[in-house]
Amino acid sequence: MIEFKMPSLGADMEQGTLVEWLKKPGDVIHKGDVLAVVETQKGAIEIEVFSDGVLRDCRASPGDHVPVGEVIAILDGDKTSVMPTVKPSFSPVPSHKPVSAERLPGKPKITPAARRLAQQLGLDISNIAADSSGVVGLRQVQASSPETSPAEAGRAGIDFKEMRKAIAAAMARSKREIPHYYVSSDIDVTALMDWLAQENASRSVADRLLYAVPLFRVLARTLVDTPELNGHYEQDTFSPAQTVNAGIAIAMRGGGLVAPSIRDVAGKSIDELRISLTDLVGRVRSGRLRSSELSNATVTFSNLGERTADTLMPIIYPPQVAIIGCGQIVSRPWVKDGEIHVRQIMSVTVAGDHRVSDGRSAARFLSRLEQRLTAPEGS
Amino acid sequence: MAAGTDTKVHLVREHALELLKQMILIRRFEEKCAELYSAEKIRGFLHLYIGEEANAVGVMQALEPDDAIVATYREHGHALARGLPPSEIMAEMYGKAAGSSRGRGGSMHIFDARHRFYGGNAIVGGGLPLAVGLALADKMQGRNRVTCCFFGEGAAAEGEFHESLNLAALWNLPVLFVCENNGYAMGTALNRSESNPDISQHASAYSITSEAVDGMNVIDVEAAARRAVKAIRAGKGPRFLENKTYRFRAHSMFDAELYRDKVEVEKWKKIGPVVRFTDWLLESGMIHESDIDIIEQEVARTIEVAVVFAEQAPWEPVEDLTRDVMTPPVHDKVAS
Amino acid sequence: MTGSRTLTYREAIREALREALQRDERVFLMGEDVGRYGGAYACSKGLLEEFGDERVRDTPLSESGFTGAGIGAALGGMRPIVEIMTVNFSLLALDQIVNTAATLRHMSGGQFSVPIVIRMATGAGRQLAAQHSHSLECWFAHVPGLRVVAPASVADARGMLWTALQDPDPVIMFEHATLYNEEGEVAAEGETSCDLDKAAIRRSGKDVSLITYSGSLGKTLDAAQRLAGDGIDCEVIDLRSLRPLDDATIMSSVTKTARAVIVDEGWRSGSLAGEISARIMEQAFYSLDAPVERVCSQEVPIPYPSHLEQAATPQVESIVAAVRKTLRT
Repeated sequence: MIEFKMPSLGADMEQGTLVEWLKKPGDVIHKGDVLAVVETQKGAIEIEVFSDGVLRDCRASPGDHVPVGEVIAILDGDKTSVMPTVKPSFSPVPSHKPVSAERLPGKPKITPAARRLAQQLGLDISNIAADSSGVVGLRQVQASSPETSPAEAGRAGIDFKEMRKAIAAAMARSKREIPHYYVSSDIDVTALMDWLAQENASRSVADRLLYAVPLFRVLARTLVDTPELNGHYEQDTFSPAQTVNAGIAIAMRGGGLVAPSIRDVAGKSIDELRISLTDLVGRVRSGRLRSSELSNATVTFSNLGERTADTLMPIIYPPQVAIIGCGQIVSRPWVKDGEIHVRQIMSVTVAGDHRVSDGRSAARFLSRLEQRLTAPEGS
Repeated sequence: MAAGTDTKVHLVREHALELLKQMILIRRFEEKCAELYSAEKIRGFLHLYIGEEANAVGVMQALEPDDAIVATYREHGHALARGLPPSEIMAEMYGKAAGSSRGRGGSMHIFDARHRFYGGNAIVGGGLPLAVGLALADKMQGRNRVTCCFFGEGAAAEGEFHESLNLAALWNLPVLFVCENNGYAMGTALNRSESNPDISQHASAYSITSEAVDGMNVIDVEAAARRAVKAIRAGKGPRFLENKTYRFRAHSMFDAELYRDKVEVEKWKKIGPVVRFTDWLLESGMIHESDIDIIEQEVARTIEVAVVFAEQAPWEPVEDLTRDVMTPPVHDKVAS
Repeated sequence: MTGSRTLTYREAIREALREALQRDERVFLMGEDVGRYGGAYACSKGLLEEFGDERVRDTPLSESGFTGAGIGAALGGMRPIVEIMTVNFSLLALDQIVNTAATLRHMSGGQFSVPIVIRMATGAGRQLAAQHSHSLECWFAHVPGLRVVAPASVADARGMLWTALQDPDPVIMFEHATLYNEEGEVAAEGETSCDLDKAAIRRSGKDVSLITYSGSLGKTLDAAQRLAGDGIDCEVIDLRSLRPLDDATIMSSVTKTARAVIVDEGWRSGSLAGEISARIMEQAFYSLDAPVERVCSQEVPIPYPSHLEQAATPQVESIVAAVRKTLRT
């Protein structure tokens, strides 16, 4: 039995329309006989049979559109010698020998668009981590300030009026929802202040440290050992943070307080922290904060500063779980080694979220803080 | 291949059978290609030589193995008559790596350096300047060889035809120009495209001795070719043959032949090269029916072997896609 | 649109030819096998019978001769449509096109214009081997004095010819040979002619700009579809005009997406894709989040066997891979 298929007559022939049969079932067919007429886009073409036989059955009718390769007739006779085709497997060749824009080893690959976005956002591009292929692109810049889209980056800055409203709402919520507990200690910070004086003596005026800088660093480093005071509480779950991203409470022009964060305070050197703090304060004053700075804090430090008050009972900024308040440093009579001396004393209060921690965590923190602060050079 | 080196055709039985066998081989090979094309084994374009066999077979008798051949996209007959292995030609049609051109060219681009077969060209008229150059090289290097250039009458309209004839005549080059005039350049009849349809006269206009030949008569073709080649080898310059022939099939497979009459086709088929030669040989008693049967059987076997070879030959791996674009440096050639 | 009908690309070309021959008696069609044979791609079937052999002229195989004659006829007040069977054979006429048609206006100090339309089939994909598979559009797009268009949609195949015939300068129109059977929509009534200058956004997207033309448009859209399944939103631009290039549309897209992939069937070296890439670098450098990628043909004459021809030319897979490269995923 021979299957006679619609032949391919051309490079772009996909189908043919059967016009008429020139043989009928029962006819003896010889190789080379014209079996039918097929209409194609080029015109009517006669199609021939390639073997001898007897036409048994016509499978298509005049008017049928038949795709190339479909059986249109059956003949009785010897099989044709056409074998089934073995198709080669097609594996796409790589488009070309990749000549990548290689730069000197060690130099980061930063795309123009990423550079431009980072500049708009005020980000230091050298701080942004590259992706797995070693490129710093738009996505990497966007990821390091997730709230900011390129469109937003173009706008002038954060709306402070709106921000104050939001803070007010957050504070109200905090008082309503977070079960605060408070633990405080008066700590002898004389050693820290002595160290500071000595350190500043060898520094130029521009590089001099305010006491807040080493203070925050010590607070952060101590916090590392009390993870239940550093993280976020959301949807009934506490997620401790990997780093201490401390929100620094800073007074805004025209009243109100905002606490933008500095990332990884514990990991920064004194000078790195100094620079970050100065920059941050400057931008708060001039109204140039980024939204990511307002949402990244894992804990808040509220330092009243000089000539203010002795103690404070701060309110936790949700979704954080603690806030550490430091009062002014005052000279007090203090018992040290069994004798009364005049020492520099600072009151430190830890407010904690009782759903996550309790007084003992705070007490542990304060105890360790005291150890560090009274040791020479702080730490 | 050449049964004699002078201009007379030695029509002995052995030679007659050889001519017949070659024509039948081409005929059956082309028929098989049509079948395989319909079954999508051969792709692209397919231009069949059916009806024109006497031209390639007749002319080849006058050529030596170290003469050169330039042909067109309708070159299967020329390749077979020249002695290229049918299996390699079939593999080339399939696109297999074992083909004459590593499968890269297909039906229109059969090449074989061993037989000095320079293709296989899809540009009408594109081969003529090439033939002129090959002949020029021979002349400048003192080699007494002939370059035989086959083309259709459609090429006579191309500027390259005129430039090539002029150069060949001007520089007295050993080129045999063979125009296979089958009356149609694809769908355009000769009298609609040539102000002077006498192509042999075009050659004479360039002072090239030319002859009109009955391209359906293999003996006439051989005789004319021998005459021409003898003159060329004697240093008399280029020669031109206009072989009047006819293709029984369409220009290519995908051609509805709207431009010619079926009656005309049938008329030419009756005086076709194979049927005429066979009838004449049988009448004269030089051959018997059984001789033809034997030829048909041998040819069928040869073609079957060729098809199996092509079917089973491997495809070239895709990784080799960009090879043979440039020639590798000499020291690499030793390694490869 | 007042309603549309479906045509094949081939039918659209035929309708456009017919409309031109009917609307303007200066128009005539000239080329190999356009008359009796009905056109090598069947685009002019029936036109000889309808308009006669003065207006639908079969020519001998003389590309240089009849193209030059077309240029002369245009100078002499006719509006010829010269059909060169394929871009491969146009090489025989390149001298006439580049040295005469493109230069006449300039060399004459503005005294003469050459309102000729030259149509050619182009491209690979049908296993026609090295001499029948070129995509040499970029060579023509290189030459000042020529307009070069590449209709990829049926509507453009229908609409570009009339506009081209109104143009006082030479217009080269490339029809990719694999498009002739494609079906598409054309306006049911009214004017179908369209502009020749603007690129068209065939698919709107925000992640990457895919820029292409002619026979590669279909594969590019297929690639966009596939990538959409992975959440990658591609914008696909059909250039339509290769000379001049529509920089405005290209740059507007690239500044939006920050990434560009150009799909061009020409060989990579010296390709039109290279020109577009340079322009993007010049005009949108600071918007780029990745180097511009090019998907072009491999550095090899187009081979006959199907698997090698596919490997040599742009495919959906290679387009998808290039897009992923720009996204570094």
